[in-house]
Amino acid sequence: MAQAALAIRNLSKAYAPGQFVLRDLSLEVAPRGVTAIIGPSGSGKSTLIRCINRLVEPTAGAILFEGRDLTRLKGAELRRARARIGMVFQEYNLVERLTVMENVLTGRLAYVSPLKAWLRRFPPEDIERAFRLLDEVGLSGYERQRADSLSGGQRQRVGIARAIMQQPRLLLADEPTSSLDPKTSVEIMTLLRDLAAGHAIPVLVNMHDVELARRFADRIVGLAGGAIVFDGPPHALSDARLAGIYGGESWLH
Amino acid sequence: MLPPNFEHWDAILKGLKESLEIAVLASFFGILIALPVGLLAARNLMPAWVSWSARALIAAARAFHPVIVAILFVKAIGFGAIAGIMALVVASVGFIGKLFAEAVEEISLKQLEGVRATGASFAGVIAFGVLPQVLPRFIGFSTYQFDSNVRNSTMVGVVGAGGIGAPLFVAFQRFEYDVVCAIILAIIAVVFLAEVISARVQRIFGA
Repeated sequence: MAQAALAIRNLSKAYAPGQFVLRDLSLEVAPRGVTAIIGPSGSGKSTLIRCINRLVEPTAGAILFEGRDLTRLKGAELRRARARIGMVFQEYNLVERLTVMENVLTGRLAYVSPLKAWLRRFPPEDIERAFRLLDEVGLSGYERQRADSLSGGQRQRVGIARAIMQQPRLLLADEPTSSLDPKTSVEIMTLLRDLAAGHAIPVLVNMHDVELARRFADRIVGLAGGAIVFDGPPHALSDARLAGIYGGESWLH
Repeated sequence: MLPPNFEHWDAILKGLKESLEIAVLASFFGILIALPVGLLAARNLMPAWVSWSARALIAAARAFHPVIVAILFVKAIGFGAIAGIMALVVASVGFIGKLFAEAVEEISLKQLEGVRATGASFAGVIAFGVLPQVLPRFIGFSTYQFDSNVRNSTMVGVVGAGGIGAPLFVAFQRFEYDVVCAIILAIIAVVFLAEVISARVQRIFGA
């Protein structure tokens, strides 16, 4: 594998002492393509994603990104690293009372002084980029609408635009389609894959829909009990492997 | 008592004007101070020692009735409108600060997380993640306190802290109940006006 975009080494996380959600987990993410993490509820998928940008504090281990160990960063350094990592959330996590445009520009907050942000004085090139991105996600004309007036699929499109707006070197997505209907889920995954490929950003995405993962991922990582139990291309994910990830076989038939 | 005696209308007008000035200035400075104090007091944003200090400040500001605070300021800095303004600033910080802190503690952490994940600075998170969620309520509390300040500003004059309260008190002591009646009617008119103004402000900001 060429120089990995992200290298997780021996990562462990325990929310309560001794109760490990992630155990000594190591994973490298290639600089291109979609890596999907699948696994049963409570297997640590979400914790793993959130440890990377430190929305959750890891207990032990290292996470190497752009030559630095993310687990050791503090304050301004941590914020600079977060600015280089986009994130898409299950429940979109948009600021409801802000407009679509303001939500997308939130992706540039790390680069704009608070006063200018408060006065909505973003650099013209940021605003142009935001318009272009909204066009790319299919929301041109919605700029002035408030986020809480959008449908779920539209909100997730704004969420994706906000993440890409950061010009990140890695895109994390925590169950981005779990709150959406099947058709919208496919649309959102298509958008996420194509947009990330277009901007040459590797994607690490949590999913609980195995079929969707098979369809959109270049690589699938199966997580069970906080450890990796499968790692390979989608066609290698046989029923026997799935039974190994989720336990039991009766649900497959 | 009836009919009201508006013979001293110029004195009434002057007192009312001073009361309104006290209310407006006290609201302005009170709101200005309450915004940061309320943010500092929010336990979901600040470390414990910061929020508890801010909460102690708010509790102290709320400990006494505005008239008692006014007496303290009259003793400290002398008779006049300044003492009244300071007393009502304290009351405003106490009221708005407390309710604002509670509003901030109820915000959606998901929305905050979305902003935080972009690498935004603390000030950026406040400006884009916190304030949009609570600003309408803050404006609601502020206009309500402005309303209260107009009422209270007519009262601090009784203890010598400026405004219409002084002539009202004097008229009482002289048993000039027709003048008292005129002043009370004038106060009702002003309080009513303040209510109309705050309703307008709230409608503009969608609070």
